[in-house]
Amino acid sequence: MKIPLSYSLRNLWTRRLTTSLTIGGMALVVFVFAAVLMLAEGLQKTLVETGSDDNVVVIRKSAGSEVQSGIDRVQASIIETQPGIAIDADGKRMVAKEIVVLIALPKKSTNKPSNVVIRGIGEKSLDLRRQVKISEGRMPVSGSTEIVIGKSIAKRFKSGKVGEVLRFGMRDWRIVGIFDAGNTGFSSEVWGDADILMQTFRRQAYSSVIFRLQNPSEFEVIKQKIESDPRLTLEARKETKYYRDQSEMMAKFLRILGISLTIIFSLGAIIGAMITMYAAVANRIAEIGTLRALGFQRRNILAAFVMESLFLGLIGGFTGLIFASFLQLYTISTMNWATFSELAFSFELSPDIIWESILFSLIMGLTGGMLPAIRASRMNIVEALRGE
Amino acid sequence: MNSENNIVEIRNLSKSYHRGSLILPVLNNISLDIKEGEFLALMGPSGSGKTTLLNLIAGIDKADSGSIKVKSVEITTLSESELAEWRASNVGFIFQFYNLIPVLTAFENVELPLLLSKLSKKERREHVEMALKVVNLSDRMDHRPGQLSGGQQQRVAIARAIVTDPAILVADEPTGDLDRTSAEDILNLMEQLVVELNKTIIMVTHDPRAAKKAHHIKFLDKGILNARPQIDL
Repeated sequence: MKIPLSYSLRNLWTRRLTTSLTIGGMALVVFVFAAVLMLAEGLQKTLVETGSDDNVVVIRKSAGSEVQSGIDRVQASIIETQPGIAIDADGKRMVAKEIVVLIALPKKSTNKPSNVVIRGIGEKSLDLRRQVKISEGRMPVSGSTEIVIGKSIAKRFKSGKVGEVLRFGMRDWRIVGIFDAGNTGFSSEVWGDADILMQTFRRQAYSSVIFRLQNPSEFEVIKQKIESDPRLTLEARKETKYYRDQSEMMAKFLRILGISLTIIFSLGAIIGAMITMYAAVANRIAEIGTLRALGFQRRNILAAFVMESLFLGLIGGFTGLIFASFLQLYTISTMNWATFSELAFSFELSPDIIWESILFSLIMGLTGGMLPAIRASRMNIVEALRGE
Repeated sequence: MNSENNIVEIRNLSKSYHRGSLILPVLNNISLDIKEGEFLALMGPSGSGKTTLLNLIAGIDKADSGSIKVKSVEITTLSESELAEWRASNVGFIFQFYNLIPVLTAFENVELPLLLSKLSKKERREHVEMALKVVNLSDRMDHRPGQLSGGQQQRVAIARAIVTDPAILVADEPTGDLDRTSAEDILNLMEQLVVELNKTIIMVTHDPRAAKKAHHIKFLDKGILNARPQIDL
């Protein structure tokens, strides 16, 4: 790199207006690109963090999620008595038979109903979820029609205060507490007693059995045992994997949609950069001729103009990222396609997204600047000195 | 011809331009010797081929036939890349419109040709400061071209031309864009370079006053070199 970088940078500064407009266009594309990736990342992180690595979720084979699963009481008892399940300080097994049903509740913002997961919990359900803490009120009394709701539900749905009553399954359910499950999927759930909910919804089977492993390294042994037992047509997955699998389809969809959209947008930004760089070359023909006459090679000219265009991309990339980073302040909700229920999550800016966005902006800069840079480097010296 | 002390030797040089199917001869079988430390002016009417001859000597244009030796190096056989390297160390350019890079300071403009050398940053600084001292612009080294007068800009261009201590300086109408006083200053400076630093200058000019400063004057008309003027000086 013989021509100093300051040459490229100062030329951008000299053409401040066109530089700013081009950077603005690129920043907008990078913003959209980063936003979609942050959306997918936030969704995935929310669901993955919902699980714990030493917890095992057992559901019906090929059910996909708890909503589609059914485990009858006999099967649930067999799981419950498996060796390898952790035992707590009181000598009780760390296992919970749970039921998951969907109900529609009206949202605060639109007053329109949206699906919410109601999880029927057992005695150990709370202990199995270390990330879940009661932030207000208390846990429901076993055998009652009391419920606790996640903080996202409290924030986004009507009747979201302790003491208020929700009506579903032709019964009134009193909210006795609000729990904070951080940025996990549990924050978008309502929890009540499993047996009362089974009666209410006339269910004969549980949706899932969750247990904690005494020794997480023995997961494969237990999985093998459960899945090969002819009495059980069930499958066992680590809770982290179970939730990661749930997020996979949605995250993939978001990424494909987002990347397809931004590629289309980026064509506009690339053309913008190309016009800017062609104008830069046209305004500096005599300068290019002079540099070549002084002894700079074609490749030096090419590199100087490519650098200029890469700077455009880089500044656009950082600008877009700075604006996109503010999205982390927002929490949004969407349909979790695996459970068909409302799931609240935040945009998440990961180091990978930063690198991908910067790389994307550099590619835009390079693509936009390459043709003008080639034109500059191919100029005949004598003609360029004449300004032709 | 006696080749002793000749820094430039041109033999049977021809050049023509192609405009579609039309061939326009510009230089016709030119032979010319230029001695080291000589200040040569090339004159002639527009389109006579002066600038083309200058460009060929400076290695920025290619001849159709003939030979050009500068310091015994046959430059017509050099590849484009070799020519660029050769120019960087052997030719200093002075243009009519100065051709300074507007976004760089006077110091950085003068430093440009040195970026192609292997000199360290400290050595480059020393060379640039020396060149700017020669043209009497040490106090303006941080100014950009836009902040300098025409005469000052041309002096920066001269500093850029001499900073690599090249074999020859080529000047294309160096006073063409200057007022009379500034033009006089520039010509005096060029004369000083020849007398005090033994530089070889080949200058294309229309200006008889500028030509008078040169040691020798050659006239080109329709691509043919004449020893005698076709105009009154």
